[in-house]
Order: sequence, then C-alpha cells, then structure tokens
Amino acid sequence: MTLANVIEWLVKGLVWVLILLGGFAYLTYYERRALARIQVRVGPNRAGPWGLLQPIADAIKLIFKEEFMPARADKLLFTLAPIITLTPALVITAVVPFGPESASFQLFGRTITWYIADLNVGVLYIMSIASIAVYGIVLAGWSSNNKYATLGGLRSTAQMLSYELALGLSFIAVIVLANSTRLLDIVEAQKGMWFAVLQPVGFVIFLIATLAEVNRAPFDMPEAEQELAAGYHSEYGGMKFALLFMAEYDKMIAICTIAASLFLGGYREPWFLRDTVLGVDQTPWLGPLYVFIKVFILLFGMIWVRATWPRIRYDRLMAFGWKILLPLSLALVFLTSIGMLLAEQVNPLYQWGIPLASLAAGFIAILGMYQTLRRKEYARA
Amino acid sequence: MIPLTYYLVLSAILFTMGALGVLIRRNALVIFMSVELMLNAANLAFVAFARQYNAFSGQLFVFFVMTVAAAEVAVGLALIVAIFRVKHNIDVDQMSSLKG
Amino acid sequence: MDFTLLLFFLLAATAVATALGLLLSRNAVYAALFLVLNFATVAVFYLLLGAPFVAMTQVTVYAGAIMVLFLFVIMLLGAEKLPKGEALPWQRPLAIGAAVILFAEAVYLLVQRVRLTAALPDPGTWENSMESLRQMAGMLFTDYLLPFEVTSLLLLVAMIGAIVLTKGERAVRS
Repeated sequence: MTLANVIEWLVKGLVWVLILLGGFAYLTYYERRALARIQVRVGPNRAGPWGLLQPIADAIKLIFKEEFMPARADKLLFTLAPIITLTPALVITAVVPFGPESASFQLFGRTITWYIADLNVGVLYIMSIASIAVYGIVLAGWSSNNKYATLGGLRSTAQMLSYELALGLSFIAVIVLANSTRLLDIVEAQKGMWFAVLQPVGFVIFLIATLAEVNRAPFDMPEAEQELAAGYHSEYGGMKFALLFMAEYDKMIAICTIAASLFLGGYREPWFLRDTVLGVDQTPWLGPLYVFIKVFILLFGMIWVRATWPRIRYDRLMAFGWKILLPLSLALVFLTSIGMLLAEQVNPLYQWGIPLASLAAGFIAILGMYQTLRRKEYARA
Repeated sequence: MIPLTYYLVLSAILFTMGALGVLIRRNALVIFMSVELMLNAANLAFVAFARQYNAFSGQLFVFFVMTVAAAEVAVGLALIVAIFRVKHNIDVDQMSSLKG
Repeated sequence: MDFTLLLFFLLAATAVATALGLLLSRNAVYAALFLVLNFATVAVFYLLLGAPFVAMTQVTVYAGAIMVLFLFVIMLLGAEKLPKGEALPWQRPLAIGAAVILFAEAVYLLVQRVRLTAALPDPGTWENSMESLRQMAGMLFTDYLLPFEVTSLLLLVAMIGAIVLTKGERAVRS
C-alpha cells in the first residue's frame, strides 16, 4: 500500500460521493416530475428552465431553516442518527464496477480502473452494509423521544430484518449462476445472458426486498403519514432532515446500481449487441453509459410503483415477507443450484430449465397468496 | 508483522471483560450482550490461530460459533420478553420466584 | 514503528474502550451501540488477519442481525434504564477479583503453554482470491458436513423455541 494508492482511493471515493449527492438532488426533481406526469399535473417548472433549478432552491431553503431539537431527546444520538443513516448509502456501492478492465485509462502514470475496490467477497460486502443500514433509522426514531417516531423506527427494524433474508437468498441465486462472489466476475458472467432473464423470479424478489429495505412505497410503513405522523423523522427539520431525505434517495440510487450489476449485466451491453460496435468489448467507454441508462430505467420503475400502488398493511407486510418471499427464494436457490449442476454436468441447454422452473415456483407462490387472501378470516383479521 | 501473542492477549482481555460484565451487571439484556462479547473474543483467537497455522478450520469454527450465538440470542431474547410480560422488569435480582 | 503494528494498537484500544463502554454505560441502548462498535473493530481485525469472508459475516450476523434484535427488544420493552435497586455490597469487588484471576489464567495458558513468539505470516493477495473462498466452502461441505447439519438443526430448534415462548395465550383461537 503506497501513498499514491491511498490518494487514488480518496479521489475516486470523493468523485463517487459527489455524483451521489448531485444524483440525490436531481432524483428528487426526476421523481417529482414523473409523479406529476402520472397524476396529470405539471410538477415543479418555475425555478430555471423546465424547473431544473428547483433542487437547488430546495437545498437553500433547508440549509437556512432553524435547527431544533426536542427537549427530552437524546442529544448525541439525535445528532448522530442522520449521519449513521447516510453513511451506508454512500459506501455500499464501493465494490460495483462501472466499466470493464479494458476501459481503464492512464493518469499520472497510474492505471485507473472503473471501480473503487475489487473484493473477492463483494456480494457479502453489499449484504453486510445493507444489514447495518437499519441502525440510523431505528436510532433516529428512538432518540427523538416521541411515541410515533419510536414506533416508526421499530417497524423499520422488523421490516428490514425480515426482508433481508429474501434479499440475501436472491444474492445467493446470483452467486450460484456466476460461480463467484466478485462483482467483476458476476458482470462478466452475464456476457451471454443477463441473470434477470435466467432467474426472473429472483430478480423480482430482489426488487421487492430492496423496496422494503429502503422503506419506499408500498413498504413505507416506518413513515406512514396516516398512522405515525411522519414516523422516524417526525422530529427532524432543517439539514438533519435533509440528511435523512438524502439517505433515502441515495439508497435508491445505490440499490439500482447494484440491481443493474447483479441482474442486468452492469456495464455489459445487452446480450444481443455483444459482437457489434455497441458492445463494450469493441467500445469500452460505453460501459459507464450502460450503467447510467440501466439505473435511470430502474429508478423510473421505483417511482412508477410509488405512484400506482397503495401502502401494504403491516401484518400483511410481515406475512408476505416470511410466508411467501422467504420460502420462494429458498426454493429458487435450490432450483438454480440443480439447474447449474445439470448444465455443467450434462448439457448446457439445461440452464434454460432455471427460468422455467423458477417461473413455475413463482406462479405457485402467487396462487398460494391468492388463496390465502380469499380466506375470509385473513381478509378481515 | 504482529505476533500471535498480541492477538491472544487482546482476546483474553475481551473475554475477561465479558465475564466481568456477566458478574456485575443486573440488566438481563446487558448480561446477554456480555456473553456475546465473550463469544466474540473466542472467535478472535480462532481466526488468529487460523492465520498462524494457515488452516481454514479456525475460520470455519467461527461460523459455528456465530450460529450458536444466533440461536442463543433468539431463545434468550424470547425468554426475556416472556419474563417481562409477567414481571414488567428484567432485573436479574427480581427473578427469584423459585427461591426457597 | 510499523504501520500495521500501529493500526493494531489503535484497533485494540478501540476494542477495549468499547468493551469498557458496554460494562459501564447506564443506558442499555448505549451499551448495545458500544457492542456494535466492538464487533465492527473485531471485523477489522479479521481483515488484518486475512479472513475477509469471516469479517463480512461478522458484520452481517453480529452487527446486522443479532445487535439489531437486541436494540429492538430494548426499545420494545422500554428497558433502557433500570430502576435503582439495592446492590449486594460484596458483589463488585468479588467480581473484579474473579475477573483478574481469570485473566491471569488465560494469559498464562495462552502465552506460556502455546509458546508462540513468531510473527504471523503476512497475508498475501491470495486471501482476496476466489480460490481461497472455494477451498473454504469445500472444507465446510466435506470435512465439516456433520457439524454444519447439526447447526441447521440447532437453528430450527431455536426458531421453534422462540416462536413458542413469545406466542402468548392470545394466539389460541378456536
């Protein structure tokens, strides 16, 4: 480890954090405009051309707001909680590659790669950072010394712990398919076919579980305004609130980047463009652009879900996580392993059994869910 | 590089502090946490030995210890919740209903 | 002074300080947070020892699951502060004396009987390769298959136990 190494990491980290901060500002704009379109409104369009300066106006407003703190709050944790919430959102994407090795460029005599860290346990790193992301929210709720805030924090704890299991198991399906836990290997393994195609139900489970992990609609129980005022951030205002808000949106960007890398081929081109001039083998600098496009589309999906789906009831949220997602994702791990074993030992064509079998398992799960919901006692419980 | 002895002494210090926590604290939850600290100290020694002998067995043992810790916490916290429902307290000095 | 040695002492001081915080803090929430910091520090030790997989599992399982459960129960029960009761006057000195004896014994056994003064081999880049992970997984599912299966049984029993203990009477419904 040399000084030059440290400087390289620092600069790369700083650039990525700045991208995330700018991304946060314009993601709020993107979301407000998209929501407005879906609801046949116009959305913010006054500040600057097409309302493009709106995020800056919002930031200025939040900075100049008065900082206040509830009298009986736990002062230290109340101040620390927004920082603890934001940090995992900023560091979780450190292992995600944004471009192939061939797109590395020379700068000051050093080869600069398109990732911050190359870990052999990259997927586990993502898992562990995702699992400590819950602390900020639960501490924000508890330190406010407010019943609603504490309840919001507790809800978020239970919800994130429950959906982490399904999330981890969908990671395992990817690890089995790629035969590696290194993010670069996983992206390169999708050269032939995206894992979202090979394991469609796993992809859907991943998306559902991450929605629950970042407390987005329809799983935004920790801040359900009809029940809990604003949940864990009821007592927050000014820049502290801005940090909590920023954490939520940066988590969205982060998980969309991870979803793109694990299931949608990351910086790889769509598989049907592989040998054309649009493929990253021939034009390596297209890699970061592909990541951006994929993240943009996935983010629209999350906004779309928020615009169209009502919030799920809390007992059903837990029942869905434990009784449907967990068994289904366990079954998927099993089916994926069998399929990969057959594909390796017998005939590579057997890998197409994985999507078929997983779709069948997903269909059975939906059928079971439908039957349960039709039962009268459950519908009125 | 760092001698193995350093890691072992650190592990011993952490283990002793965990044991001390079990002995002096009266909050059942903090006692549980101290037990976790002791398990953790043992894990540190395992990994240090794995490094010394270049064997994976030490690292694998850590997984088994973690599993035991997880199982212990699940049952232990369930017990504490059950006790709290009856007594509205988790002070271990109060759990003396069976005292003759 | 060697950079790694400096790092070791810094981390060791953090680990001991956070363990002290666990022992001394009045508030159970703070005790839990100190323990989380302690686990994170130990995870960094695992990285220093060339065991990245164990380090990540440590953070996921201990900090991400076990301690979150602790915090959840503390906040759910509102048990962060205990009312002051009468303490046994001889408990504290006796406990400290016992701890000192335990520490002396542990150090004697570990340092004198193991007699390892050699420095640990330098973790190379091999630890950051997929091959090391594959070897470890291979060992887990061949040499250690029986303990592995036994732990799965243990987890099942713990799960059933936890559900039975917390279910309560209200769930009995005809």
